[in-house]
Amino acid sequence: MAVPKRKMSRSNTRTRRAQWKAVAPSLVACSNRACRKPRLSHVACPSCGQYDGRQVVQPA
Amino acid sequence: MPTPTKGARLGGSPAHERMLLANLATALFTHGRIKTTEAKARKLRPLAERLISKAKRGDLHNRREVLKVIRDKDVLHKLFAEIGPFFADRNGGYTRIVKTMPRKGDNAQMAVIELVADKLVTTEAEAARGTKFAKDEAAVAAPAVEATEEAPAAEATAETEAAAEVEATDEAKAEKAE
Repeated sequence: MAVPKRKMSRSNTRTRRAQWKAVAPSLVACSNRACRKPRLSHVACPSCGQYDGRQVVQPA
Repeated sequence: MPTPTKGARLGGSPAHERMLLANLATALFTHGRIKTTEAKARKLRPLAERLISKAKRGDLHNRREVLKVIRDKDVLHKLFAEIGPFFADRNGGYTRIVKTMPRKGDNAQMAVIELVADKLVTTEAEAARGTKFAKDEAAVAAPAVEATEEAPAAEATAETEAAAEVEATDEAKAEKAE
């Protein structure tokens, strides 16, 4: 079985983990004039449930 | 020849994927709109549209072909009696996929797939304008023949009326002479 030959240094561990970054989702304003809340693009608005002027889902 | 699907199947095996998509298609035709993962919706769309195309043809052979997938006879009847004729004027694009927010439990991409409920813009405009088409004229031609048959009869009555008028004028002249 393959096993590590050397202990991974604290520095190397932290350097690797420094690359784990969360990316902020790109949001757009809802096209529904009564809503205008930020939503993900190409996704039905979670606050009003509309997409492209059409009611797609019931808002939670 | 269609390109074979590459990669893993939904549910693991080809048989599992077939059954899964068949169940999704049945649910779609039953409810008209279902919410599922985006990957399943994208796989379902071509299958569902093929089934609707078969339903539009509507003969016994196509009914049996669809029955291989949609095993529920109630849904099969609804597909052939309601959904197929509804899409008579639409050439493909019977379903619509709209992405929705990811699922809470596993953050899977979710989507709503639905049967397109509204008619084509051109169909509505032509209905509003009252446009007549050559293909509809053929149906109108048969009643037109009956109309022409009625026309000589109408002329004949007109002639008799004219003759009566002539007699009436003759009588009037006779009265004047007296």
